[in-house]
Amino acid sequence: MLVNLISRIGYRGIRNIISVGRMTLFFLSGVKNCFVYPFQLPKILDHTWFIGAKSIVVIILTALFTGMVLGLQGYYSLVKVGSEAALGSVVALSLVRELGPVFTAIMITARAGSAMAAEIGVMRISEQVDALVTMDIHPVRFIFSPRIVAAVISFPLLTALFDVIGIFGGYFTGSIMLGVEGGIYMDHVISSVEIFDINGGFIKAIVFSLVVTATCCYRGFYTHLQGHEAIGARGVSMSTTNAVVQSCVLILISDFIITYFLV
Amino acid sequence: MRPPPIIEFKNVVKRFNGLTVLNGINLSIYQGEITAIIGKSGTGKSVLLKHIIGLMESDSGTILISGNPLSEMGRDEKRRFRRELSYMFQENALFDSLNIFDNIALPLVENRHYPKPEIRQKVQTRMQQLNIEGIDHKFPSELSGGMKKRVALARALVTDPNMVLFDEPTTGLDPIRKRNVHHMIQSYQKQFGFTAVIVSHDIPDIFDIAQHIAMLDNGVIEFEGTKDDVFSSRNPLVKSFIQDVDQVKK
Repeated sequence: MLVNLISRIGYRGIRNIISVGRMTLFFLSGVKNCFVYPFQLPKILDHTWFIGAKSIVVIILTALFTGMVLGLQGYYSLVKVGSEAALGSVVALSLVRELGPVFTAIMITARAGSAMAAEIGVMRISEQVDALVTMDIHPVRFIFSPRIVAAVISFPLLTALFDVIGIFGGYFTGSIMLGVEGGIYMDHVISSVEIFDINGGFIKAIVFSLVVTATCCYRGFYTHLQGHEAIGARGVSMSTTNAVVQSCVLILISDFIITYFLV
Repeated sequence: MRPPPIIEFKNVVKRFNGLTVLNGINLSIYQGEITAIIGKSGTGKSVLLKHIIGLMESDSGTILISGNPLSEMGRDEKRRFRRELSYMFQENALFDSLNIFDNIALPLVENRHYPKPEIRQKVQTRMQQLNIEGIDHKFPSELSGGMKKRVALARALVTDPNMVLFDEPTTGLDPIRKRNVHHMIQSYQKQFGFTAVIVSHDIPDIFDIAQHIAMLDNGVIEFEGTKDDVFSSRNPLVKSFIQDVDQVKK
């Protein structure tokens, strides 16, 4: 029984190490192929439209309500110590440093990342990936590389949008609903946010873009290697679920690591 | 006298999770001929085909390409060989997010870097030859099974390959369309002169177009020969297979 348990743990361990190795090679191959001529501009534009432009509405909605909640919570916390004038600083710094990049990445994972994993998973089970190989087309270059570039373009832009809309949401609840002077709110926003904070947010956005695309594309691309219980449509659904869950967890872990080095 | 085979399998073995699917395959494929691989479902016919194009690698044995072992070929040599091949998948494997024109043009756009007018002309020529003009902007999901087959065949032929591998090209088609696909393969093989390898269950129809027939059973090639050889064979497995098929048809 003990031997059985140890062998099962060992088997799982080896399988996970192989999976990490495979994902690393997949990622490196994808990044390398971003720089191989001819560049895949039409595909990059297409994926930027899908990952970036089509996420604008959901980012605006999420950012607006996040900012509004921050404004409410911040106001009632600060008013206890008589510092409600600092609401602009609290909202802006929370958004630019942390919530903007993290929430943007999570929302894009939910909207575009899940779609990526499902689409590539269907390509795998319907032999479209094999068809690329038979046509001598590099499947990682064709499927993954344009999505990396599109994500690296889209994530920082959407993060910037999230920050701006979130700050407006805080202004709406703090100033319009609860009476903090608008000029003071904006003055605190401008004076507290430094270029270092903005750069930190963008570094996070770029790292998250790589984490999300790598995880979602990898899960879809290797849909067929999830074991006997994950074949066909069930395999695609498992890939999609795993892609979203793992992306979110990896976003939070990498957020902690980047923050540790930035502060 | 027959020229030497363009592809030769020598004692090729392939296992999956301890299950031996190919158990010492010996098979020759000759230039300019249609070779049909027949056999019951699950005997490894598609696996055999996938070894030729490089989607799978054998555990042991040798595959010779014009006398040179495939496993000893360099990367560039393998790519050159692969560019001479086309593969038509059982379920067509068309890209559902691309329209028909882009599906057919894909191998030209991605690899061969032809100028756009030349790509358009090549794709339209193939579409005309296969009677699928006017559906350039449709998507695969908007087409019937027979049309999809023709689009898949157009994509396979657009690169002017020297060899086309067909993995059960008539699966899911009615008898009339099956016959049409066979006729199509036969006439284009004559027209373009490519070597064809067809994995098929369509017996005896496939015998009418194939010059060379191989029967796969239990991981080995049980029989190789012509249509006449099949019907005169004393091999009990071949006899029983043909009888089984006849009974099912009746």
